[in-house]
Amino acid sequence: MKVSEKIIEGLLWLSAAITILVTVGIIWVLLSESISFFQEVSLVEFLTEKEWTPLFADKKFGIMPLVAGTLLTTFVAIAVALPIGLTIAVYLNEYAHARMKQVVKPLLEVLATIPTVVYGFFALTVVTPFLQQLIPNLAGFNALSAGIVMGIMIIPMISSLSEDAISAVPRSLREAAYGMGSTRLQTSFGVMVPAASSGIVVSVILAISRAVGETMIVAIAAGQQPRLTLNPLVPIETITTYIVQVSMGDVPQGSLEYKTIFAAGITLFVFTFALNNLSFWIKKKYQEKYD
Amino acid sequence: MTNSDINRLKDKAFQVFGVFCTFIGLVVLGIFLIDIIIEGVQRLNWDFLVNLPSRRASRAGILTAWVGTLWILVLTTIIAFPLGVAAGVYLEEYGKKNKMANFLEINIANLAGVPSIIYGLLGLEIFVRQMRLGGSLLAGALTLSLLILPIIIVTTREAIKAVPRSIRDGSFALGASKWQTVWHQVLPASFGGILTGIILALSRAVGEAAPLIVIGALAYVPFTPSTPLDEFTVLPIQIFNWTSRPQEAFLTNAAAAIIVLLVITFLLNGIAVYLRNKQQRKVRW
Repeated sequence: MKVSEKIIEGLLWLSAAITILVTVGIIWVLLSESISFFQEVSLVEFLTEKEWTPLFADKKFGIMPLVAGTLLTTFVAIAVALPIGLTIAVYLNEYAHARMKQVVKPLLEVLATIPTVVYGFFALTVVTPFLQQLIPNLAGFNALSAGIVMGIMIIPMISSLSEDAISAVPRSLREAAYGMGSTRLQTSFGVMVPAASSGIVVSVILAISRAVGETMIVAIAAGQQPRLTLNPLVPIETITTYIVQVSMGDVPQGSLEYKTIFAAGITLFVFTFALNNLSFWIKKKYQEKYD
Repeated sequence: MTNSDINRLKDKAFQVFGVFCTFIGLVVLGIFLIDIIIEGVQRLNWDFLVNLPSRRASRAGILTAWVGTLWILVLTTIIAFPLGVAAGVYLEEYGKKNKMANFLEINIANLAGVPSIIYGLLGLEIFVRQMRLGGSLLAGALTLSLLILPIIIVTTREAIKAVPRSIRDGSFALGASKWQTVWHQVLPASFGGILTGIILALSRAVGEAAPLIVIGALAYVPFTPSTPLDEFTVLPIQIFNWTSRPQEAFLTNAAAAIIVLLVITFLLNGIAVYLRNKQQRKVRW
């Protein structure tokens, strides 16, 4: 009896320990392949070279164009999702009836459940042709429509996390604001949003992290041309798209081209890892402010 | 106008803006679904569902893709379900509140934030190359299992946390061991919540294309897979492939395949929401 209890506990522990193995595995895989990449390409070239052409005859290995493409689509996505998401959070909290909140929240969550490849199709076949009517020199593949659609996808992430943060603000603060004759708008942006700012910042950081790692929307709609630009109207390439592009092709294992996807992968991992841990840190530091 | 009139006006204006923002996402979603249905539904017929892939858009079907998706769903469930629930049970019922538990928690939160394509790179190196599984269903299912493991663990823990202390105390008082208490009391009581979490995690896995492309799942597979070691494709990859082609006819195919994928996704989410509501109504501790 005693022994079987111990065995079961051991098995359960093993399952939990697998999560650590996964982390170790990710870091080991990315590091080991990247190290052998950096034996052939210097880290200085990787970080300072302004072109990324590993698949061409004249190979250049500068990660900057891919990082620029990633940040550009992310910036557009956040520029769409932050104002809309935060407004929804404030509106649902201070203005909307409880019934409406109950209906709208799950409906918004539907946006987050749609597979990203479907959003990519939408960006390419609906949003880009629509925007081309407004902006005639918009290319068929561009960062703008990929970013806008990605923004729509992450609206529920920002709205629901921010809404949680705002509704966690103590009632007394809200009532004090109303008691002094504030309107709902003044209460929201003068008291509630500042009081919930750490939670809102966390939601935005997590949204950025999500946008940086998003793959299929940009692979379909943003193009496959690494380009060091801040112009959202031309084709670009993100880190994730590059990994997909190489994976779709016939790149021999162990070749330098093959190793580039791990070098690109570790760059992506460093970005998202830093963002995620920044959000944990903020959450921990400011969480119990009002308890 | 006095100051307070202006403030009231601003307040009203923001209310209008709030309604606008709340519905713009939903309106876009609606336009999108209607657009897909109009474009894809004409192509959606029995032949489309049972035809093998073809270079001619009008003869191409999604048989290999949806069979591949079903295989992946079943295999991923078999791998991730016991692993995730066991880890969740350990962390909630057995783990002590010490530094190790804290580290595990941060680690799992971190894993949940790792982009799916990175899991693809992990799967490529470990499952495809080291374990020599190649671009097989098994390699794909293992990769997706690791991807959804954090979701299952977190939802399992939440479901278990909702079971009141008194149920465990009652069980212990009758002389049950720790595992007997977990197996006969805690798990049955939290099963609805656990199931909801697993279905949500699976609906995430069904839509994933990026990690499977990285491990080498192909866009073109001539036959439906018959063992877990066969090569495969899935609906999202088939959609990606068709969307990337310039011909209009393939875009129509993609739209039709998207309808099938969305039906599967919404079905899974619907079941999850239904189970959650049922659970919430039933359980009154």
